[in-house]
This record gives sequence, structure tokens and C-alpha cells, in this order.
Amino acid sequence: MDFNYTILILLLPMLSFLVLGLAGMRMKHKVAGAIGTTVLGIVAVLSYLTAYLYFSGGRSADGTFAKLMPWNFEWLPFTTNLHIDMGILLDPISVMMLIVISTVSLMVHIYSFGYMKGEVGFQRYYAFLSLFSFSMLGLVVATNIFQMYVFWELVGVSSYLLIGFYYTKPEAIAASKKAFIVTRFADLGFLIGILIYGYYAGTFTFEPEQQLLIAAGGMIPWALGLMFVGGAGKSAMFPLHIWLPDAMEGPTPVSALIHAATMVVAGVYLVARMFPIFIVYAPEVLHWIAYLGVLTAFYAAAVACVQTDIKRVLAFSTISQIAFMVVALGVCIGADTHEGLGYMAGMFHLFTHAMFKALLFLGAGAIIHAVHSNEMSAMGGLRKYMPITHITFLIACLAIAGIPPFSGFFSKDEILAACFQFSPVVGWMMSLIAGMTAFYMFRLYYGIFWGKENKELHAHHTPHEAPVSMSFPLIFLAAVTCVAGFIPFGHFVSSNGQSYDIHLDAQVAITSVCIAIVAIALATIMYLKEQQPIADRLAATFKTLHRAAYRRFYMDEIWMFVTKKIIFRCISTPLAWWDRHVIDQFFNFSAWSAQAAADEVRGMQSGRIQTYCIWFLAGALVFTLMLLLI
Amino acid sequence: MDITLQQTVFYVVAILMSVFSVMTVTTGSILRAATYLLFVLFGTAAMYFILGYTFLGAVQLMVYAGGIVVLYVFSILLTNSDKSINLKIGRSKLVAALFTIIIGAALVLFLIWTNGFALNVIPDSGEIAMREIGHALISSDKYGYVLPFEVAGVLLLACMIGGLLIARKR
Amino acid sequence: MDIHVVYYLVVSTIMLFAGIYGFFTRKNLLAVLISVELILNATNINFAVFNRYLFPDVFEGHFFALFGIGIAAAETAVAIAIIINIYRNIRNIQTDNIDELKG
Repeated sequence: MDFNYTILILLLPMLSFLVLGLAGMRMKHKVAGAIGTTVLGIVAVLSYLTAYLYFSGGRSADGTFAKLMPWNFEWLPFTTNLHIDMGILLDPISVMMLIVISTVSLMVHIYSFGYMKGEVGFQRYYAFLSLFSFSMLGLVVATNIFQMYVFWELVGVSSYLLIGFYYTKPEAIAASKKAFIVTRFADLGFLIGILIYGYYAGTFTFEPEQQLLIAAGGMIPWALGLMFVGGAGKSAMFPLHIWLPDAMEGPTPVSALIHAATMVVAGVYLVARMFPIFIVYAPEVLHWIAYLGVLTAFYAAAVACVQTDIKRVLAFSTISQIAFMVVALGVCIGADTHEGLGYMAGMFHLFTHAMFKALLFLGAGAIIHAVHSNEMSAMGGLRKYMPITHITFLIACLAIAGIPPFSGFFSKDEILAACFQFSPVVGWMMSLIAGMTAFYMFRLYYGIFWGKENKELHAHHTPHEAPVSMSFPLIFLAAVTCVAGFIPFGHFVSSNGQSYDIHLDAQVAITSVCIAIVAIALATIMYLKEQQPIADRLAATFKTLHRAAYRRFYMDEIWMFVTKKIIFRCISTPLAWWDRHVIDQFFNFSAWSAQAAADEVRGMQSGRIQTYCIWFLAGALVFTLMLLLI
Repeated sequence: MDITLQQTVFYVVAILMSVFSVMTVTTGSILRAATYLLFVLFGTAAMYFILGYTFLGAVQLMVYAGGIVVLYVFSILLTNSDKSINLKIGRSKLVAALFTIIIGAALVLFLIWTNGFALNVIPDSGEIAMREIGHALISSDKYGYVLPFEVAGVLLLACMIGGLLIARKR
Repeated sequence: MDIHVVYYLVVSTIMLFAGIYGFFTRKNLLAVLISVELILNATNINFAVFNRYLFPDVFEGHFFALFGIGIAAAETAVAIAIIINIYRNIRNIQTDNIDELKG
């Protein structure tokens, strides 16, 4: 089969970015938006076509889907073996990611029509969205780790640009800088990992020769671990998560696209991409990643329980859910379909989570659009005013809480099953965190749609349902959320490529559903009514804990302490001193000496030819003498 | 001690040339410098005669003594430059120039003395026949100089035009 | 006819270095030019002498001196034209004052 057209999936958004970026300011808002959306629509159609053709193309003899490279050209040759290529790789996970990215991106493009209406810089916004789509698509179809890195950085740049979209707001600027610096810092690890990997494996591709990897021995786990540092930065793993909550300063559709559905799962995708090497050469690193994921999931869930800004709640929920995927990948103990159940589960969760988390963010955007505030105190009782948003939001909440038959239930159940297979402790921890997820999501849900109505705020501006351009993506994503769970995902994606039938583990499923229902019930009791005595009393009793959780367990303060007090004062200040007083002075001295010498020499440059002639004759005589004497 | 007339003439001319050439560059008056130059040029012509190159000597007299020195005298009078020749030059420059000159002269004289020119007698070929010179000048054979001759003619023409162009009044 | 070749060379050396000295120290452009004539004459003498003493059968040195005289005449003519032009423009032909072309 011929997949040559897949290059269009990359080129079209790039082209759209160039057109909108260069000429967008001369266009009308609608034209610019229409260009971006149309391009993304074409990309989405092409992605679906690719997925259809790829998966209907049949399996090869060993029961896996073939890895195809319709495009691959040498970009930077270093040696005959070591060269950086650019190309398109089609395999089950990249095709799956193509669908996720193009779907969510298309929905966000449509949604932004309504959400960003009338904003200054509307065209710029669409240009950046195109740039982001281009980079993210390039990232997932990367044929080698270096191409992935290049697009990884491009994704970071577009994320930076979009977080700082409201560049007149100081918070937005601070947030964009924070996101960029934190992820760049993490990417340093990624780059070092790539270089170590490239040095020992002799290639940047994902399938190096076995002997080289075996010969490299202890270095491969280091390389993979360092790569994961980059992934942890992008995927907001503890303790590098601090940028993600602040990134919510960007426009809400951007949060839905970049900081919920696509870019933040790049780290998960990276681990999945390197999974065959991880599982054979560095299983212990994989398990450490799993423990880190458990910690992150728990931490983020705990923080999410007390936040009052709805986008912050969703941000921490995202961190927690990504940690679920990371844990799922980390608990794999073998490459075959059964031992590698977590791989399939993680990818499945990535898929479903992208849909319902985008839905949640878009719903939150609709709510913010209606009440012009992020704070839960400004909301309450909105179900009467915004029925569509209400229903779709509820569906997403049920999905993330893990209630059947919504998609989140299936993927989360597989993750929990994989965790129990690895170790009961991890399994129970993850079940507990799943319960917390259900709790905080319904706290959010009740806080927005039920509870006390903020009358004085509504007095002069009644909240109303969002326009069609905004509600259509909500309905579409809600529909996907309803049916995505029934996709036989194991047939398409599994750890070794073989087909795998998802079968629900009854014990795990019942346990997790029970926990979820209990958590939802708890949230209902605490937050359904206008008065919330239990919640208030709990907050008062555990005042310190509540406060700590509200302040995100002081992680930002700890980072500030580490950077400002320790790094700046103990390392940067002496370095700056050294720079100013030793290095600068050295160059000042050389400049001064050159100037002084030139000042001396300048006297000779009198411009008088006769003087020059004396020098000339003297020089000639010196040479003659030298010839005579030597 | 049989000094021939030719030798006597040579030594007298040599001493005069040396003295006048030094005076040319040290005298305070530029008209005098031009006059001393004229003497040196006469001496040079005498040298050519002694060597037997009578044609060359005649050309030297005509072109240099008759043409160029007159040109100098005219331009000296035109540019009113007699006053400015006495301007003092810097002491350090004078010292540097003298030093270089003395070293250079010593070096060249040393080389001449030590080179061991063995030929101290001119082969008695007498003077060159005018006919021979004329044939060589317009011959295109080996040892024929028609090309340089023509080129020199063009050069002189160019100089004439160039000199007129540069010096004319605007 | 037995004058040693070295004597001729000594005379021409003295002329040459006297010319160089004048070239270095004179401030008047015409005086500089006169020094240059000395240098040229010294060379011409050398041409003729070497021709006569070392290669008496050919006339290269002779003709070289001949053309040298011609070229010296040409050079003098152009140089004097330039000097007169300079004098017309700045009323002065001091080497130190001619710096119009200096950057």
C-alpha cells in the first residue's frame, strides 16, 4: 500500500502556519480561522484514512502490523552509521496518535471560532495552533529519536507562544517563561540521553542492533533514564510538574489541546516509543518510572481536591491522569501481550483521556466564557443555564471517574489490572487514587453546576449556553467518550504488536467501580447542597493539611528556594564573580594591551612617504645583511 | 707610474661627480641643486664617452642636460619654490636617513670590493658604429630593439599628452 | 684604458646613495625629483659599465641605458606636470602639505 500522501499531514499545517503567520494580519478573522480549520479538517481526514488503510492492510506473518516508512531522508550525516534522518514512521501507536492529535486539534480549531471571537491576535492564535499541530504530528511520526527531539522542542516553542498568547498579562508571560524554562531544563536530560544512546547504539533509530546494546551494558539504562527526564518535564511528572498548572494562563482551548490532550502525553509517548528497549535492557528504570508515576498521581490528586480555580483542578487532574499512563507503562514486566498489558492500557488511556480531558477543558472554557471567571465561587447552579455543557461535562466526569460504560472505565480498568499484576501495593494505591479522581471531579462538577448560585454576579449578566461552534465540539467529544471504550483497542496496539483481546478482570472492575461510586457519593454528600458543612468542617479540622494542599504542598516555593537560594547564591553568584572579575578582566586586559600597542604603532603610520621609505630601505638592508651573514 | 690621459680624465670626472652629487642633495638653494645636477649629468656623459659609448653620451647630453634640466629650471621658477627648500627636517628623521644611507652605502661598497671583478681592462673595441646602433634599434631580429623603440615612442607621446592634460589650466 | 671596473661602481654607488639621501630628506617636491634623477643616472652608468666590461660583444646594457634615459625624460615630464598642477591648487609643493588623498 502506498502511504506517500502522509507527508501532507505534516506539510499542510506547516503551510497553514506560514500563510497565517506571514499574511494573517491582513486577513479578516473569519478567513484566517477558516484557513486553519480547513487545513486541520483535511489533516484529520487524511489521518483517519491513514488509520483505516493501515489497520485494514492486514498483519504480517508474525501477527504484527508492519512498521512502514513512506518517507525517510538523510538530514544530517555524521558518519556512515550515525546520521539524523527526517521522515514518517507509521506503526500502531503513531497512527493512533495521529488520530488523537488531529481529532482534538480539529475540535479545538472549531471551538476557538466561538471562544476567541473578537480577540486581538485571532490570526496569530490560529497560526500558532497550526504550528503546534505541525510539530506535534511531526513528533509522533518521527522515524528516529533525534527527529523526535527536534519536533519536541518545536512543540515546546509553540506551547510557550500559546501560553503567552495574552502577552500583555504579566501572569501569562511569567507562566510561559516558567513552562519554557522548566521543560528546557528537563530537555537537557533528554538531549544527553539521546547523545549517550546515539554513541553506544551507533544510531538514532528506534531499532538499534542488539549486539551494540548488549555491549553498551550499563549505559543504556542511563540513556533511557535521562530521556525520561525530558519526558517527565513535558509530561509534568513530579517534581517537574510545576509549569503545568501555571500554563493554564493561556486561552482555554489551548489548554485543552496542548496541556491536556496532546503535548503533555509526549513523555508517555516517548516511553512507549522506547518501550521495546526499556523492557529488555532497563526494566528496573521502567519500574522506577512507575513509582514516580504513583507518587505524581497521588500528589496531583491530593492537590486537585482542594483547588478552587476550575482550570487548576483540571490541570492537576491531567497531571494525575498522565501519571496513570506512566505507571501503566512502568508496571510492564515483559514484552508479550499479557506481561505487557500495561503498555496497551497506557496507550488506551492516552487515547480515551485525550478525548474526555479535551472535553472537560472545552466545557470549562464554555463555562468561563459564560461567567467570565475561573473561580468556583463565581459559579454554582449553572445547570439550568447551560444544559449542553452540563450534560457533556457530566459525561466526561463519569468517564474520568471510571464509571461504565464510558471510555475512561475501560482504560483505567486495564491500568489497574496491570498494576495488580505487578504488585498489589501499587494496585491498591492506584485504586485509591482513582477514587480520589472521582471525588475531586465530582466536587468540581457539583461546584459548577449545582450548589449555591452566585446571584449578584448573575444579576447583570445571565449565563447562557455557548454558541454552536463551541457546543458542537463538546457534543462530538462526548459522543466519542461514550463509545471509545468499546473499541477493541488491544487488536490495534499492544506491547509486542500481537493482537490481544481485552477482557475485563471482574474483580478489579468491580472494586474500582465500587470505589468510584463511594467517592462520588461522598462528593455528592459534601458538595451537592448550597451549604457544605462537612467540607468546611473538614477543612477547619485539618487546617494545615488543607492549606498545604491548597498551596500545592509548597512545591513552587521549594523550587524557588532551590533555584534562588541554592543555585543562584551558591553556584551562579561565584560563577558570575569569576566571569566578571577573571574572564572579563582577562579580555579587558587583552583589549587594553592591543590598544596600547596600537597607540605606539600609530606613531609610525604618519602618512609620510619619506618616512615609510626609510623604513623600507632599512628593512631591505636588514634582509640583505641576513642573506650575507647566514 | 704611467698615468694615461684617459685615467686622469676619469679620476677628475669621478671626483667631480661624487662631490656634485652630494652637493646636489645638501645645498640650500634649489636652483643650485639643479645646477649641480647638471654637472653630474655632464659627468655621466663623460663617463659614457670614456667607455666608448659616444652615442649614449650624446643622448645623455641632449636629453638630460639639454631637456630635463631646463624643464627643472623652468618649473622651479614657476613654482616659486626657492624659499621652501630650506625648511628644517626633524633631527630624528635626519639621523635615521643618514644612518640608513651610511649602512647601505657601506654594504654596497663592501659587496663591490669583495665581488672580485677581475676584468680591469676594456677590450679594445673602440666606439660602436652609429650604423650598428641604428640597425639594432629598428631591427626585429635577435638583439633587435624595434619593439622597445616603438613602445618608448608611444610612451613619450602618452607622456606628452598626459603632461599637457594634467598641467593645463581649468 | 685600464681603469678598474670597481671605480666606476664606486662613483655610481655614491650617486645612488646621495640620491636616496635627498629623496629621504628633501621637503620640496622638485628637490625630491632631482634626487630621483641622480638615482636613475647611477643605474644607467651601471648598465653601461657592466655591458662594456663584462659583455663587450653585445649591446644590451647600452640600449637599456638608452631607453632608461628616454623613460626618465617621460617620468620627469609627467611628474613636473603634476607638481605644477599641485602648486596651482594649493600654492605649495611641500611633501608634508600634500595630504588631500589621505583618508
